[in-house]
Amino acid sequence: MDALEVRGVNKRFGGLQALNDVNLTVEEGRIHAIIGPNGAGKSTLLNCFVGRLTPDSGTVMFHGQNLLGKQPHQINQAGVSRVFQTPEIFSDLTVLENVMIPALAHRDGIFEFNAFKPLRKETDIKQRAIDVLEDLGMEDKVDMMASSMSRGDKRRLEMAMGLVQEPKLLLLDEPTAGMSRADTNNTIDVLRHIGDSRGLTMIIIEHDMHVVFSLADRISVLAQGTVIVEDAPENIKGNVKVQEAYLGGAH
Amino acid sequence: MLGLSRNDFLLLLFVLLLVAAAPMFLNPFPEGSEFAQFNAGYPDLMQRFVIFGIFAIGFNILFGLTGYLSFGHAAFLGAGSYAGVWMLKLLTINVIPAIVVSTLVAGVFSLIIGYISLRRSGIYFSILTLAFAQMSFALAASVLTPITGGETGLQTALHDPRILDGAGSVGGNIPAPSLFGLEMRHSWQVNVGDWLWTFNVGYYLSAFVLMIAFYIAIRIFRSPFGMMLKAVKSNNQRLSYTGISPRPYTLAAFVISGMYAGLAGGLMVAMDPLAGAERMQWTASGEVVLMTILGGVGTLIGPVLGAGLIKYFENIFSKINDNLLHQWFAFMPDGLEDFMVTIIHPFVGKGWHLTLGLMFMLVVIFLPGGLIGGLTGLYNRVFRRRSKAR
Amino acid sequence: MELSALLLQVLNGLDKGSAYALIALGLTLIFGTLGVVNFAHGALFMIGAFCAVTLQKILTTSFITLDETKTDFLGKPLKIKTPYVEEWFGQTAGQAIIDWAVPLAILFAIPVMLLIGFIMERGLIKHFYKRPHADQILVTFGLAIVLQEIIKAYFGANQIPVPAPEAFIGSLDFGSLVGFDPGVVIYPYWRVVYFVFAMIIIAAVFAFLQFTTFGMVVRAGMADRETVGLLGINIDKRFTIMFGIAAAVAGLAGVMYTPINPPNYHMGMDFLVISFVVVVVGGMGSLGGAVLAGFILGILESFASMREVIEFIPGINQVVIYLAAIVILLARPRGLLGRKGVMES
Repeated sequence: MDALEVRGVNKRFGGLQALNDVNLTVEEGRIHAIIGPNGAGKSTLLNCFVGRLTPDSGTVMFHGQNLLGKQPHQINQAGVSRVFQTPEIFSDLTVLENVMIPALAHRDGIFEFNAFKPLRKETDIKQRAIDVLEDLGMEDKVDMMASSMSRGDKRRLEMAMGLVQEPKLLLLDEPTAGMSRADTNNTIDVLRHIGDSRGLTMIIIEHDMHVVFSLADRISVLAQGTVIVEDAPENIKGNVKVQEAYLGGAH
Repeated sequence: MLGLSRNDFLLLLFVLLLVAAAPMFLNPFPEGSEFAQFNAGYPDLMQRFVIFGIFAIGFNILFGLTGYLSFGHAAFLGAGSYAGVWMLKLLTINVIPAIVVSTLVAGVFSLIIGYISLRRSGIYFSILTLAFAQMSFALAASVLTPITGGETGLQTALHDPRILDGAGSVGGNIPAPSLFGLEMRHSWQVNVGDWLWTFNVGYYLSAFVLMIAFYIAIRIFRSPFGMMLKAVKSNNQRLSYTGISPRPYTLAAFVISGMYAGLAGGLMVAMDPLAGAERMQWTASGEVVLMTILGGVGTLIGPVLGAGLIKYFENIFSKINDNLLHQWFAFMPDGLEDFMVTIIHPFVGKGWHLTLGLMFMLVVIFLPGGLIGGLTGLYNRVFRRRSKAR
Repeated sequence: MELSALLLQVLNGLDKGSAYALIALGLTLIFGTLGVVNFAHGALFMIGAFCAVTLQKILTTSFITLDETKTDFLGKPLKIKTPYVEEWFGQTAGQAIIDWAVPLAILFAIPVMLLIGFIMERGLIKHFYKRPHADQILVTFGLAIVLQEIIKAYFGANQIPVPAPEAFIGSLDFGSLVGFDPGVVIYPYWRVVYFVFAMIIIAAVFAFLQFTTFGMVVRAGMADRETVGLLGINIDKRFTIMFGIAAAVAGLAGVMYTPINPPNYHMGMDFLVISFVVVVVGGMGSLGGAVLAGFILGILESFASMREVIEFIPGINQVVIYLAAIVILLARPRGLLGRKGVMES
């Protein structure tokens, strides 16, 4: 079954055709990687999925419902979580609170006036947040202020915020950029494990081919705003069009 | 205890002790002594401490947690005051309906203004709230005179209907606001040695309300709702990508803080049944911002402290005059004495605002976290140094 | 309603609009270049006005001579005050100098305001570039209180009349110039002067930004501060100068406004609140927007104070500016000519 179906998406910024008739199908339970040279439109495409940008034309269907024109929080509530490329965290709050917020959003919806229940009595939510942080090897950092963490840790926190929501679709924008090799491998293991155990659908944008080929079930190659190839990983490596796109000999 | 963590409960107890014992420790100087003018333990001033404390606690729920800087909260204080006086005029001289209704009226008023103003953020939000408050002030002072009493203000009168208790005149006087017959202005005075302690009904009612207001604020700060408000301040955008709609949260915070302002307004008229339009002016909105900043934005006790300090200094500094200064510096040689008086003169008496402005600048420049932030920083530094030494 | 009455209201709105536009222009310059929200800008306007008051006081400083030939009502010799300038330059020239105190105050105010601007920027504002906008608002608000209290301590709380030169007393029969009956649309000369003066200042500021290298760098800085900083251009120094210029513009607006409205210590705050509304309505960071909104709101305010309008909607004159601000901000989130992403966090 298809989790996400993208049909004919176009987006123009002034004179630049950032996305040109993008078609993409992501099957449920798969890890789908989107790769492509810089400026190919990968992040723009992701922004269209989460409501940060609205395409000029086209449709984005998620399990049969149209995501376009919805508010970011509605899209998230529909089951799409995004892990940002540059960490967008709540830097004035602790690591634990950063993870509890998306967990509460998952449980309570877009608004809940729970002004009198003490936060420390939310033991279930707290436990879930700690579990996810443990999975990512951050259990010793739960009480740290988010702003005081290293960049790599912020990336992992980002991921924890996405994972704790148990989304149906997880969008990962270069999840391992800025991480050490060891952390990268650990992240690959975590994502692999979650993908296998929960059957979570993921779209991952990545430059690191080691990550892409360790994780992806399927790969789309984006160049100049359009999908030039979509295939299984083993067929991508030798593909002439892909090599041209990366080496710049396409035209 | 009471659903609070141990530390919060201790904080609540501390505040309870503070307000309960205020009539005593705010009068540290014996009656008739040279320093008696620094005493603050008289009813009128103490009432102002707690009432503005309530106002600032509420303001802090909006500004301290969400970071939305409203320059129009005096409008809610004013609306609450007017509603309160009307209850005293129409229903009963008992203050309870006045206090309850003023809170509710301010709540409705803030819901309307907040709903519109919160469509914008940053300085645009500040200007929208300022515009609404200035409009309310201008209208209250002019066109709405039948409701607000215009520039002279609204007050209770001899022949108000007061349909619930029909309390007309007592011996030809306008009845004073009371709590089931116990007049707000009633005080018991106790002489202990040279000291004079005044226990006032109105003050203790206000202090009781302050405790409830403070307790609710602690619960809000420690709730998931409070955490969401902090997240709004920290990263509003990210919150919506996390599946939370920030606007209902900020609106709820806005209405809660508006209700606190209305409650403060209601208490003001319960103490002294007079409401004027100047209570809505933007300078009054600025004052509550000052209190919150001075005490410490986003801290629980900071706003109460800030309100108390500003009201205390306002009262003391504005009372000091040249005669008093000459008295103080009388021990100096004449030339030096005159010189000292000339130096200090612009800062006291009518020049109190100069001191206020300077104080304000110094706090913002050197203590961005306010007094509480400064104290916490100091504590941490000492504490850390100790732990390093180990 | 007659056309002439409408014209009169437009004219009446121009002088207040000019003042709003000049203050808002300076606020926008400071915000656009330095990224600082300056709540002390109204105080600068007020200080400008008191420059005129000060100069008038200096010029009329007198020495006292006794005229033995005449006696006052107590039978003592009559005291005659003679201003020093009359003594030095002769009576006619001296009186003319005193008469022209307000225009002369421009020369006096420019260096004073520039200096105040420099000191303010170097001494205080500089340290707040990286602080949150709320902190900037609060510290400059505190400064505004301090400045106005100092003025109050020296000059008292009352309004101090500062007359325009005699040559400008009286009114221009503007209506008869454009074909209405004489005496219907009259406009005081000084207000004409004020409007023309404001237009010259506005044009000068725009020309300065448009045609000088300095201005080009400042405009580039307004558009993208970081990049300009990376080019190795010393932005800081230019920003200090810009702050001085903005202070001077506000000060001059204040100097020339004294004959229209006798200054007092809190005039700055009165204008500040409205000027901020003007800046926001114009769009934070847009110089053109600030000027446009200044005039629009000034004229709107003038229309709303017409008797016919007040009878129709009571109290509208009191609230029209705020009402307009609310409507404009809700319809156009970033003001009339505002750019995206300015001051939204």
